[in-house]
Amino acid sequence: MSEPIRYVFQVDGDDFMSAGTASADVKKILRQLGFSSDVIRRTAIAMYEGEINMVIHAHGGVAEVEISDVGVDIILRDKGPGIENIELAMSEGYSTAKDTIRALGFGAGMGLPNMKKYTDEMHIETELGVGTTVYMKVLAK
Amino acid sequence: MTIAKAAELLQAEIICGEERKNEEIISACGADMMSDVLAFVKDHSLLLTGLVNTQVVRTAEMMDMRCIAFVRGKEPSEEIVELANDSGIVLMKTNYRMYTACGILYAAGLRSEGCDQV
Repeated sequence: MSEPIRYVFQVDGDDFMSAGTASADVKKILRQLGFSSDVIRRTAIAMYEGEINMVIHAHGGVAEVEISDVGVDIILRDKGPGIENIELAMSEGYSTAKDTIRALGFGAGMGLPNMKKYTDEMHIETELGVGTTVYMKVLAK
Repeated sequence: MTIAKAAELLQAEIICGEERKNEEIISACGADMMSDVLAFVKDHSLLLTGLVNTQVVRTAEMMDMRCIAFVRGKEPSEEIVELANDSGIVLMKTNYRMYTACGILYAAGLRSEGCDQV
């Protein structure tokens, strides 16, 4: 691949059951481009957790994905309520998700820790009442 | 263990992906919280769950899991079956409860490989 390839996905905040569509698409694209299964899986899981977060907490958002020989960059932007305490949000088991979300199998407080675990770089910019942007990078090698 | 063998042990009905039943599964995981499933990476595995929605299939897809067994006789919707077909994931359902279903497979030699303890 000579030039990086960019994709933009709208993540629908109204339909929890359709969450993960963008991640599934990215997974297919990476497989077609011949990335290793480790890179594909780490990218898919991290992005999927991010998508779920955007649907649960922020009424959807936009996922930008850039794929190059170096790896995969993912930027997840939402206009949700923002994260009050990032350090707390990054700790395993901490979640502000409602019981209705837990009944659907999510909100165990593993989302952000998982995203950090599966990516090579991750950082969060957030402002209360304005929104959150999550930057993640998965290196190809 | 093959998917077919797991289905036999669980007295399970294969709902879709019958043509993949001779594929091998090397580990299994039982969970109703998909967030927890996503915390462990393992190839070629089987997910036992009592949760029935499309995100169960999505989770399995992201984790490269091959098969989902719904416990307690839970019946997946057409939408779930369709997504599993698209993702190449075998679905089965068993009337056993989670604890028993996991116990049967564990006793038959199917382990959780690497995620026994956190």
